[in-house]
Amino acid sequence: MEKVLELKGITKRFPGLVANDNISFDALRGEVHALVGENGAGKSTLMKIITGLYQPDEGEMFLKGEKVKINGPRDAIAKGIGMVHQHFMLINRFNVVQNIILGYENSPGGVIDFDKAKKKVEELCELYDFKLDLNAQVGDLSVGHQQRVEILKVLYRGAEILILDEPTAVLTPQEVKELFVNLRKLKQEGKTILFISHKLDEVLEISDRITVLRRGKVIGTVKASETSKKQLAEMMVGRPVLFRLEKPIVKTGDVILEVRNLKVKGSIDRHQLNNLSLSIRAGEIYGIAGVEGNGQRELVEAIMGLLPYDGGEILIKGKSNKGLDTRAIRETGVGYIPEDRHQRGLVLPMTVWENMVLGLERKPEYSRWWKLFRDKIKSLTSKKVEEFDIRLGSIELAIRNLSGGNQQKVILARELSYEPDLIIAAQPVRGLDIGAIEFVHKKLIEARNNGKAVLLISADLEEVLSLSDRVGIMYNGEIVKEFVPGELELEEIGQYMLGAHKEVGVG
Amino acid sequence: MGDIMEMLASALRMTIPVLITALGAIFSERSGVTNIGLEGMMMTGAFWGAYGALHYGPVGGFLLAIAMGMLVALIHAVVTVTYRVDQIVSGVAINILAYGLARFFSIALFGMATTSPSVEGLPKIDIPVLKNISVLKPIATDISPIIILGILLVFVTYWVLEKTVFGLRLKAVGENPLAADTLGVKVIPYRYIGVIISGAFAGLAGAYLSIEHTHMYVEGMTQGKGFIALAAMIFGNWMPYGSFWASFLFGFAEAISMRVVQSKVVPYQFIKMIPYVLTLLVLAGVVRKAQPPASVGIPYSREGD
Repeated sequence: MEKVLELKGITKRFPGLVANDNISFDALRGEVHALVGENGAGKSTLMKIITGLYQPDEGEMFLKGEKVKINGPRDAIAKGIGMVHQHFMLINRFNVVQNIILGYENSPGGVIDFDKAKKKVEELCELYDFKLDLNAQVGDLSVGHQQRVEILKVLYRGAEILILDEPTAVLTPQEVKELFVNLRKLKQEGKTILFISHKLDEVLEISDRITVLRRGKVIGTVKASETSKKQLAEMMVGRPVLFRLEKPIVKTGDVILEVRNLKVKGSIDRHQLNNLSLSIRAGEIYGIAGVEGNGQRELVEAIMGLLPYDGGEILIKGKSNKGLDTRAIRETGVGYIPEDRHQRGLVLPMTVWENMVLGLERKPEYSRWWKLFRDKIKSLTSKKVEEFDIRLGSIELAIRNLSGGNQQKVILARELSYEPDLIIAAQPVRGLDIGAIEFVHKKLIEARNNGKAVLLISADLEEVLSLSDRVGIMYNGEIVKEFVPGELELEEIGQYMLGAHKEVGVG
Repeated sequence: MGDIMEMLASALRMTIPVLITALGAIFSERSGVTNIGLEGMMMTGAFWGAYGALHYGPVGGFLLAIAMGMLVALIHAVVTVTYRVDQIVSGVAINILAYGLARFFSIALFGMATTSPSVEGLPKIDIPVLKNISVLKPIATDISPIIILGILLVFVTYWVLEKTVFGLRLKAVGENPLAADTLGVKVIPYRYIGVIISGAFAGLAGAYLSIEHTHMYVEGMTQGKGFIALAAMIFGNWMPYGSFWASFLFGFAEAISMRVVQSKVVPYQFIKMIPYVLTLLVLAGVVRKAQPPASVGIPYSREGD
């Protein structure tokens, strides 16, 4: 088959690191070629080079055998390379057609013929089996449909090579299935798809060939039919990866967190909590399973003093948290890994070391009166960077320059550094790659083994079941069922999660 | 009935400067640049409008005012778009600068710090057909052509924003500049043009005040209308038709306040407050529901820092 895209010896350096180191690979017509690698392996940089956002320091790029230089996204698309970004590049207030034609209006005289444009989009939808309401405002569409708009956008511009950056990260399992149907259809029509992901099961399902990157280098290209998840994971991480977690039996201690009949009234932007009760002992991980948006966030916020509650009580080590602010609650020994690390966990423009003491800066070790002990904090940060294997150019960098996994490690390092007795971990591995996930899980289990109580909230059922000692299923603001992993079949759990069973939790 | 029509005509005259400035603000804001310097741009327009009218006639006055408004807007664009200075800070600075420059040039060119000699306005016109209906007489006869222009600009603005490539791209740049950039829409030029259009409109509106309304330049004659225009645009949800009704509301309030001032029932200071109090109330009550362009106020750069 014809080589549509070929890279030879691409190298890109940034101050303090080599993001792409002598990368070579090729993609064929009608092929789904996956690029896998952990966060920071250099996938994003490589994509930015292919789409012309960055220029490589060394190396060559060929399209259909011809050497090319890509001068920017617009040049890339003119040469048939279309990028479908992980964070959608859509304009929520525009409708589907407006989004698709933007920048490619083809309107001599400057007046847009929307009817003609719509017709053209309709034809594309038909050709590739895309179901979509073209008049809808994009902001009102589901995530899966928004992704279709993104794909249509590049097809409308005549892309031959489609780059999909982590396309399944934001999709539900059902939407992933639908996406794969679309991708197979595109492949059939002779398009080439570069599929960037670190979800190995999906990569194995959809790709023809897989190229693995690690720390900026190509580790190898393998055929999907001739490899396994285990082999890929090892290539990615550079060592064997345990998919099962080792969890020794520990004797549980005192009740650390007790929630009794917690009540929060619902409103537009918060879910109600309805007589919610649970308790967690030292040396125990308590997992909350449940479809997102059933009150998990409100529970966490009530515990952390971010949301006032209307009834019931929350006892942390026997003391009520009522009336305490978040700082006081943290000082009673609560570590908090927030669901949205960009909103709550970090201050993105601030440096890594500043983020490392965020909220702890009043401790006598770190400051006196107005003076921050910078040297002390920086040396502590360097120590933590090593201990938590945080990959960065310098601790003076603004933290937004770090990958998600490394950002999360900073939060984890900070929250564990003051030895809290209770750890609230909300979606602790969301958006992270295998290596980072394994690391976070290991740290949480380590904390549990050391006699901490852990409250784990996750939308990923598998994660909850593998980590937790006990699990509470949350539905509509209540714990509808508590169980020990292994006690219930998956199907039964699913029914509780969807509210098919109604049973009051065993506090 | 005649009184109501007189009142409407007066309201319309008050509406026009706010309306035109608000329409200009739409271009700037929808491209993603908050323009709090509208007041200063209006002031600039008022001053140079009077100067131009004095020397080159009313049309020359308007053209000079528009040009000077664009020039001041260009400063705002360079500072906020290219150098990514906080847009509010720049806007405030523009207002202070415009005030100072107006006074400086007033002394230099008119020999008086706060007023200009009186100037000739544009010839008044009648609206054909409507002028023959006796009820509509006050609003259809003997009016400034700028009033007609202002109302036409509402439709033009709508058409440009909704039907043209330029409008689509301008809005895209204000909603999600990164997305626009990746689609090959150049963010910086569109923001420059957006800001400069707002300067042109504000300059025109300012010149209307000096040339058409009072027939002279008076220091501080804009009386916060630039800010009211900004409020009207927000109240109008960043849309031309909405901004028209919002501007009309303010114009109406001002017309009322003038009437009541004449009646001397309530101390006039309180009556004079009506449009401003209304602005505050509207902003407090409505803004929560308004849907600003998603990226307004946020400077754009490719690397994200």
